[in-house]
Amino acid sequence: MENTTIITLTIDGRAVSVPKGTSILDAAATIGIKIPALCHMDLKGTCVKNTPASCRICVVEVEGRRNLAPSCATQVMEGMVVRTNSARVVRARKTVAELILSDHPNDCLTCPKCSDCELQKLVTRFNIRRMTYKGEQSVRKKEETVAITRNMDKCILCRRCESVCNQVQTVGVLGAVRRGFETTIAPTFDRMFKDTDCTYCGQCVAVCPTGALTERDNTDRLLDDLCNPEKIVIAQPAPAVRVALGEEFGMKPGTIVTGKLATSLRYLGFDYVFDTDFAADLTIMEEGAEILHRLRAFLGGDKSVKLPIMTSCCPAWVNFYEHNYPDLLEYPSSAKSPAQMFGAIAKNYWAEKMGIPREKLVVVSIMPCLAKKYECEREEFSVNGNPDVDYSISTRELARLIKRSNIDFESLPDSDFDTPMGESSGAGAIFGATGGVMEAALRTVYEVFTGKTLPRLEFTAVRGLDGIKEATIDIDGFPLKVCVAHTLGNARYLMDKLRKGELNYHVVEVMACPGGCIGGAGQPYHHGNIEVLKARAAAIYREDEGKPIRKSHENPDIKQLYEVYLGEPLGELSEKLLHTRYFDKSIK
Amino acid sequence: MTINSPDVLEGIRQEALKALSQREESNKATSAQAAGLEKGTPHMQILCCGGTGCKASESAKIAQNFQESLKAHSIEDKVDVVVPGCFGFCEKGPIVKIVPDNTFYTSVRPEDVEEIVTSHILAGNRVERLLYVDPSTGQHISDSKHMNFYRKQMRIALRNCGFINPEDIREYIARDGYKALAQSLQRPSEDVLADIKASGLRGRGGAGFPTGVKWEIARKFDAPDKYVVCNADEGDPGAFMDRSIMEGDPNSVIEAMMICGYCINAHHGLIYIRAEYPLAVHRLKVAIGQAREYGLLGKNILGTGFDFDIEIRYGAGAFVCGEETALIHSMEGKRGEPTLKPPFPAEAGYFGNPTNVNNVETLANVPVILTKGPQWFASIGTEKSKGTKVFALAGKINNVGLIEVPMGTTLREIIYDIGGGVKGGKKFKAVQTGGPSGGCLTEKHLDIPIDYESLAAAGSMMGSGGMIVMDEDDCMVSVAKFFLEFTVDESCGKCTPCRIGNRRMLEILTRITDGRGTEEDIETLENLAKVIKDTALCGLGQTSPNPVLSTLANFREEYEEHVRDHKCRAHKCKSLLTYSIDPALCKGCSACARGCPAEAIAGEVRKPFVINPEKCIRCGMCLSRCKFGAIKVI
Repeated sequence: MENTTIITLTIDGRAVSVPKGTSILDAAATIGIKIPALCHMDLKGTCVKNTPASCRICVVEVEGRRNLAPSCATQVMEGMVVRTNSARVVRARKTVAELILSDHPNDCLTCPKCSDCELQKLVTRFNIRRMTYKGEQSVRKKEETVAITRNMDKCILCRRCESVCNQVQTVGVLGAVRRGFETTIAPTFDRMFKDTDCTYCGQCVAVCPTGALTERDNTDRLLDDLCNPEKIVIAQPAPAVRVALGEEFGMKPGTIVTGKLATSLRYLGFDYVFDTDFAADLTIMEEGAEILHRLRAFLGGDKSVKLPIMTSCCPAWVNFYEHNYPDLLEYPSSAKSPAQMFGAIAKNYWAEKMGIPREKLVVVSIMPCLAKKYECEREEFSVNGNPDVDYSISTRELARLIKRSNIDFESLPDSDFDTPMGESSGAGAIFGATGGVMEAALRTVYEVFTGKTLPRLEFTAVRGLDGIKEATIDIDGFPLKVCVAHTLGNARYLMDKLRKGELNYHVVEVMACPGGCIGGAGQPYHHGNIEVLKARAAAIYREDEGKPIRKSHENPDIKQLYEVYLGEPLGELSEKLLHTRYFDKSIK
Repeated sequence: MTINSPDVLEGIRQEALKALSQREESNKATSAQAAGLEKGTPHMQILCCGGTGCKASESAKIAQNFQESLKAHSIEDKVDVVVPGCFGFCEKGPIVKIVPDNTFYTSVRPEDVEEIVTSHILAGNRVERLLYVDPSTGQHISDSKHMNFYRKQMRIALRNCGFINPEDIREYIARDGYKALAQSLQRPSEDVLADIKASGLRGRGGAGFPTGVKWEIARKFDAPDKYVVCNADEGDPGAFMDRSIMEGDPNSVIEAMMICGYCINAHHGLIYIRAEYPLAVHRLKVAIGQAREYGLLGKNILGTGFDFDIEIRYGAGAFVCGEETALIHSMEGKRGEPTLKPPFPAEAGYFGNPTNVNNVETLANVPVILTKGPQWFASIGTEKSKGTKVFALAGKINNVGLIEVPMGTTLREIIYDIGGGVKGGKKFKAVQTGGPSGGCLTEKHLDIPIDYESLAAAGSMMGSGGMIVMDEDDCMVSVAKFFLEFTVDESCGKCTPCRIGNRRMLEILTRITDGRGTEEDIETLENLAKVIKDTALCGLGQTSPNPVLSTLANFREEYEEHVRDHKCRAHKCKSLLTYSIDPALCKGCSACARGCPAEAIAGEVRKPFVINPEKCIRCGMCLSRCKFGAIKVI
């Protein structure tokens, strides 16, 4: 959007010039005036935006205006005179915050969001030291699903979750129900999440300013297992965890803490510390083979072949198409997600090799994701009720566990992952960012398809935060058309086109969260700061560059796994262990 | 038949006027001799009010009885029964009007029909007992022209209500209906718009935004689909002018929407009406159906190439949906809650298309402004508020009903002249104007000429025109609480100040009326009210503290009495009442004790009884049972 008109206004006596269309809030920020805001969230560069102007915390005085203006949603005007700190504003702002507190449980000490709560920060900032208003408090629904915990008593009705669920993800589960003081954010008819189309993407959790929406906490369960001498507990952290975990310990966003991560997991008492990145390479082998298989069939004139093939690593995306596009279930790759491939190999190949009975082995995934918690519970990923991945904890839960276990994370020495499921290529590492799976697949597909070495490994066209990215890759004269989408709203756009027969790509990657897994709902909270996501993505690509091996099919441990155990991609054993099928889960 | 040119329209008007001329003439008649068939009157008409209020008092049955009686007397071809919309004098409904002698019968019951037919319609003798009695003179008045209730009124928006049959488009056409449209379509649309601007018409929904300016803004936004929306989501408690217009004169709204469409270059009309108005919905549907049948809605209207059609959308009765952005969201099938402006609906309204929203009463003024000219309209009213305003008079007033007066009429004229003063000769205390968003005005405001500015300056507002009169028996804290209860109920819950703030204010008011309030509560209340007014998102929230602020401004001592002296001077706040028995007057009959549901009264027969204040629930049962006036309430 080109906007050249510059508006000059005065904020707190200082002149500021900004492009037309800028909000007072953003204009003030350019001259170092941080107007407090609560409901507002704008993850600039993505479609995550919530500006209902409903909390009224960010109100400011605008000369000539009868009432106070919400600075988040009021655009600057030429000659505007704004005061962000007049007595009138300060009193109103504080009163509004006090009103919010008067309908809040205020059980901060035991709240999962304690010290990371935006309301709590405001209360500190406004120097509120007593409860001015007392009265009836809302009693709203509570629910604990396998992935998301709802405690809506803590909800301040900022509507961020509603915005992401509806506008960004187009899942449409959360919305305001009832009115006035009885208003609550809930699924239609106050249904439980499990009875809705909820994909457990958890983006509602990722944006919730308070403790109303949080992850299902598995840390106590994990501690029990770690302390249980009967159990062999093994860890597999996802690619995006290592570029974000440091934030929980005060490190700069984008700090790579792979080595400390491995050490901390050992210190926590994991018996073996492996890596989901390894399984990401395995995913590329299988999915790459599937891509090649379908492409060759297509090029051979087979009209029945389903194209585009779509990635299937993201569990929220899987839920999304199972719920919304049951007629298109043959398009996504049948490859399991890396985490589930890891579980299958660990509980079959590795357990057999080590002589560990399946029941004794506990596979724990450490994920940037909440939908992974749901994925672990899928029946098809278990054998006689014993899941391949026992359960999943999020990046945030791991950080809490590390703190709780007296580990000084920052001073930890680096260490490597254990073998044989710890070695990974740079291709596996980039799974954590949108476009990463596509790029990793292209590196392998190109070389296997052409038999040639890639002249340049980086496919920059599929990188970055654009909602939908497309590229045409020349594979030895064959123009391979690919598309990468993140957020489910963009996925819906593609799927609707596919349903109409208008989606002309060969390969499509979809990740449910903005930015891909780095923006996952299990990650440290970004609090609306896009720079955090950008720094994480940059770190992902640095991790890739630093790897001696950067193509999945060149990972020696992967090669060995096929040699000694699996045979070949899409072979009989691979199909059995590493592939899955999808179900019609549409709500009838 | 299709009206495809102004000439055809004029032809129909001439034709329809024949049937209506007797009614027109009758309207001019004064209390001369009553007409009657046996006296030689060849043809008569019986107008039997078909407004919702009168219908609730069996006016449909009255009309039916008339039909049957006329048949029984074999005079059905000499007497027509017409069911028009509301006459406005709802206090005295059901209303039956006889043409041609202009007799105005009040409080008619179905069993009165036979007497009216035999003695009046046939014999030409008025039924005196059904005539209006002037409360001040005690005289029977046979026609509305001589009633104080109507004398000071000037009916522009309500011009056809209580006169024409709203379910017959020809009667509307006979009264110059669709003439304004026909004339407008012959003129450049900017000229028509200029007339609306020049008339000074302002929005009658409450805020008073100049209608012409609104149209002009909407006109500027170019888009293939533009919408004219009629806001018929009337929600103020006690206000029913929009309903009356739609029930009594639906075509005026339709015609105005089309003129608006022509001015702003829109071809779609939507009427957002609350589903609780079934009669209005029915009449609108009939009117839209007839307008389509006559080719007045649809394609190539009056052969000019202008296309316009109207659809009805139903609201579920949320007060906040009267706010235009909330209204639009509701029509889109979304949650009915307001969003921040800008963007204004004129730029991005219904499904993102340019949309112009006008209230029913505003629209009803439009055709007549164009037929009579903007100067005529601008000559009525005050400097900044032109024309008339319809008010719904209610509360402790003798003449409850719907009235229309020129802007600039004083509250005193409305309450005492038109309204007939306070009921039961009690002392006037306050009048709440503007509904739950307005404020309470007092004795000192009675002589202010009413318009948008003067009411706002006095701490209230025009609103949609609700007017609730209160007397000395009304507790102003309770009044504020009543209105706040309404806004708390109707808050959409979107913004913090309205959702939580109003709730907290209501809790404080409840504490005060329960006798648990403190002086600090009054201060907290005032601060909250000011902050809510300053910070709430939409008009509902911003104005919801008005009843509190205006009662605090005008009746602060009543608040203080409640918290300091635990006293409610109006004896309305039960918790603050003390019941006792005057031993000097008590005969010891025990009637009070036997009637007390709380067993709070004890005593020996023939000796004075005593009330135990701990047990007393202040139900007033003893008061009603005591024959000796011994029960004291303070």
